[in-house]
Amino acid sequence: MLYTRSAADNMTERILRNESDTRAFGLELAEKLQPGDVIALVGDLGTGKTALTRYIAEGLGVTETISSPTFTIVKEYSSGRIPLFHFDVYRLSDGGELLDIGADEYLNGNGACIIEWADIVADVLPDDAIVIQLLYGENEGERIAVIG
Amino acid sequence: MKDGKFITLGIESSCDETAASIVADGRELLSNVISSQIDIHTEFGGVVPEIASRKHLENVNWVIEKAIADAGCTTEDIDLIGVTYGPGLVGALLIGVAAAKAMAFACDIPLVGVNHMHGHVAANYLEHPDLEPPFMGLVVSGGHTNIIFVEEYNSCRKLGSTRDDAAGEAFDKVARVIGLGYPGGPKVDRAAKGGNRDAIAFKRVYLEQGSYDFSFSGLKTQALNYLNTERQAGREINVNDVAASFQEAVVEVIVDKAIAAALEYDQKRIVMAGGVASNSRLRELISERAAEHDIEVLRPSPVLCTDNGAMIASAAYYAYKNGERSGFDLDAVPGLEF
Repeated sequence: MLYTRSAADNMTERILRNESDTRAFGLELAEKLQPGDVIALVGDLGTGKTALTRYIAEGLGVTETISSPTFTIVKEYSSGRIPLFHFDVYRLSDGGELLDIGADEYLNGNGACIIEWADIVADVLPDDAIVIQLLYGENEGERIAVIG
Repeated sequence: MKDGKFITLGIESSCDETAASIVADGRELLSNVISSQIDIHTEFGGVVPEIASRKHLENVNWVIEKAIADAGCTTEDIDLIGVTYGPGLVGALLIGVAAAKAMAFACDIPLVGVNHMHGHVAANYLEHPDLEPPFMGLVVSGGHTNIIFVEEYNSCRKLGSTRDDAAGEAFDKVARVIGLGYPGGPKVDRAAKGGNRDAIAFKRVYLEQGSYDFSFSGLKTQALNYLNTERQAGREINVNDVAASFQEAVVEVIVDKAIAAALEYDQKRIVMAGGVASNSRLRELISERAAEHDIEVLRPSPVLCTDNGAMIASAAYYAYKNGERSGFDLDAVPGLEF
């Protein structure tokens, strides 16, 4: 799994019982985010990757609507504290394809990157990427975020 | 000029397709070349896109050459080059823009940059020779869901768009959830024909009163929840019923909003575009509801619904007639607004 790439023994788990927990988590992540940071989101359809992204964007002060980047792979938002590059790499098959579309400039750019389905492009993610795995919880609407 | 007609070359490379087309007098399709490879996509259950700049680069020259040859033209016949400069993926857009600029420079042909979304609307000018603005536009595809008031050839206003997933994307995602595979649109459409659209009460999301915006991402979650509940209860899942009920929830909201927009702006025509415009239930329901209000519904044939160069050529023609020109400093604008 992707998160074993980084410090596996340093993993933390966080239970997101509902949407407002997810929002709080997103706002917290946004606070510390710096240009060059990469948040790698891993999780099945419907685990809330885009929802979490939306709250991180909110925390950055992004005022534009965060719509799905599935079709164009990446969307850029410039209205926040720092630029935000929102990727959805579901349609790609490996990291090489991500570099093919010019992702290098984003990953080392003047903003923060959030990458959905990041396990697909694990081979080209920076070592210090913040990897967050989202899992279904036991109760309805509950999610578990594994950060490591 | 060829046979007294104004010849436009349209080039499109904003996302998955490298495409080029020759159009006469902004209306008459002389050739239409699209490098799509849909059969390769199928094995992955998602789109394996040709978004890589490398793929567009490999395609762009032969696609343009074939478009010119298929039309029975030579480069000397071309009066105008139109090219998509946004919105889309920057690396993909750049290939089309660079090819267009190089050709315009080398052959001394005027150049016009086209907004991809204007192109989708213009696809209808090719299909319906008598169509003239104003009309209400409805663009529904894998990447876009927009209601657009087209006031004049070169002036349109976006009234609404999706706040999360595009309509076509919702089809793709739900198709995946219920195991129908890619491409989701046609597969859900087909499965829905054998299902009951009232079987599952998926919530219709209308957002605020009077809003022409859309939200479809909740439907995917609803479908997932439904499947989980049914599986846990040990009940068998009728995929056709899920497809039909889901499709109805998407289509009904689109139709209601499009009709409401036409009525509010006093328009007697709704003009559809984008891949989802081929959905059979959408066509059926919008025709039914529109007829109740004496509204006519138009849509292009499927090949002009999806991304193509012809729609870009047509949009470029009308922009050119309006005095628009692009210089050699034309650049790709990935986040280009309507």
